[in-house]
Amino acid sequence: MPLVRRPWRLAAEASALVIAVVVAFPLYWMVLSAFKPAGEVQSTRPRPWTLSPSLDSFRRVFQQQEFGRYFLNSLLVAGTVVIVSALVAFLAATAVTRFRFRFRTTLLIMFLVAQMVPIEALTIPLFFQMRDLGLLNTLGSLILPHLAFSLPFAIWMLRGFVKAVPDALEEAAYIDGASRTRFLWQILFPLVFPGLVATSVFSFISTWNDFLFAKSFIISDTSQSTLPMALLVFFKPDENDWGGIMAGSTVMTVPVLVFFVLVQRRLVSGLGGAVKD
Amino acid sequence: MTSPTDHAPRPRSPKRPETALPATGGKAPRPGPRGGTRGGPRRAGQGGWTPWLYLAPALVVLGGLLVYPIYQLGLISFLEYTQAQVSGGQPTTFQGFGNYATLFGDSQFWQVLLATVLFAAACVVTTLGLGCALAVLLTRVRALPRLALMLAALGAWATPAITGSTVFVFLFDPDYGPVNRILGLGDFSWTYGRYSAFTLVLLEVVWCSFPFVMVTVYAGIKAIPGEVLEAASLDGASQWRTWRSVTAPMLRPILVVVTIQSIIWDFKVFTQIYVMTNGGGIAGQNLVLNVYAYQKAFASSQYSLGSAIGVVMLLILLAVTLVYLRLLRRRGEEL
Repeated sequence: MPLVRRPWRLAAEASALVIAVVVAFPLYWMVLSAFKPAGEVQSTRPRPWTLSPSLDSFRRVFQQQEFGRYFLNSLLVAGTVVIVSALVAFLAATAVTRFRFRFRTTLLIMFLVAQMVPIEALTIPLFFQMRDLGLLNTLGSLILPHLAFSLPFAIWMLRGFVKAVPDALEEAAYIDGASRTRFLWQILFPLVFPGLVATSVFSFISTWNDFLFAKSFIISDTSQSTLPMALLVFFKPDENDWGGIMAGSTVMTVPVLVFFVLVQRRLVSGLGGAVKD
Repeated sequence: MTSPTDHAPRPRSPKRPETALPATGGKAPRPGPRGGTRGGPRRAGQGGWTPWLYLAPALVVLGGLLVYPIYQLGLISFLEYTQAQVSGGQPTTFQGFGNYATLFGDSQFWQVLLATVLFAAACVVTTLGLGCALAVLLTRVRALPRLALMLAALGAWATPAITGSTVFVFLFDPDYGPVNRILGLGDFSWTYGRYSAFTLVLLEVVWCSFPFVMVTVYAGIKAIPGEVLEAASLDGASQWRTWRSVTAPMLRPILVVVTIQSIIWDFKVFTQIYVMTNGGGIAGQNLVLNVYAYQKAFASSQYSLGSAIGVVMLLILLAVTLVYLRLLRRRGEEL
């Protein structure tokens, strides 16, 4: 890029900062409202700060609802999906990138097409399927469908990472007498790990976000419910409990933010120096 | 910084003669030089069943939980399937295209379809415009403003759809929300009118999806080698000319990816509409196909009609995906 003249650059930087503030504002407001004392949240003259932060809303959320249990349930569902789909996707991505076989392209196209399936549209048949499997009202009814929905994207994304590992490395491993399995788990897996972590973010977010399946498959046993369902309880027909909703939303958003930040560092470690010439 | 569709840094291999998709479905192994091509060591007749072994778990999961439910969805859409059949009291009957005839004869279906297309189009255009503009802006500022904008965008990106929706409803609340006070709108209710409610949802959708576009396009701009731009300016190309003849063509593949992804996402928005407009708005004024299908099935137990709507959605998205595949093929991208 050629150097822009100074006033231009200052204008650009000022607008970047203003936009950053606007974009961050909803999150700021969410956290702020979660910490405001009861009388301040629902005021018709909301202030962009609070002088007496309190944990009232958080306390209410954790006492009124079994929020801790829901949180664990959400974590259990998302965690299982992330780990299982990462392993399964790693194997599948290896198969379609490092081997040539019949129907390979057909499979790849299927993985691509599978990403566009609106999961909401499948709620109806999945509901009957989960009923027949006896999984309704269990976390399994949330884990299984999300596993299937995370896989195609995970495979598609991991492809690039597996491809980036040079063939020379594989050849060398075989020459040194490594078996195929050993190459897979001891050489390829660690090299692709940053890619697995990046992929996990998306499986995690899409599963953590789920509220439709929780709403449709967990009908009578609320002990198996997840966070979003707990959140919706605070919406009341007469008067919403905004403090509770914002505190619950904060609790639900923070783990994802933390996950994102952690993964950012992981990604940098890329594939540099995989092969020493 | 990696973006969801970033196919990871991979070595640019020399273009091979058979990079386009083979029409035969990729018959292996192809004769030809094996000089350091991608795809690993492969000799004819070796490891013939190994890839299938690796693929087995994925195929089992996808077959059982994706392909089979899609088949079931299609099946239910041709049957009579209401509460009576679900509880097992009545045998179901085959309806042929009866459910589709009912659906296409219903003017509400066409209204919802049109609303879905227009709403998705508005979301896609706004998201792409904002995402690309900010990506260009990022290349023109120093590290500190860039970091601020990146962090804010990452925060929006990481926010779950449901919490993003609740926060936006609160921000725009007629009584307690700060937005109306800042804009001086008094107690204007955003969710009361059809278009203002759609606008509110659009703002949330754009807020949580522009970061993906911004980060991906920014990474794409950054990946353009400096020498190329330098050469262009040495040859006396204007900034505009450089953009048109060098930058834009190099970014095209990335733009195709973000556009298609956005179309697919925005066409099947569910949570935001459901939460922000309370299940589809006053008298269903804010329904989109996805929510409409859900309401038909689970609110009024018309499982067949809900499934038929689901099939229509699937077919539309399939068409979009096929366009995407054609674009990929034209580029000669090797799958």
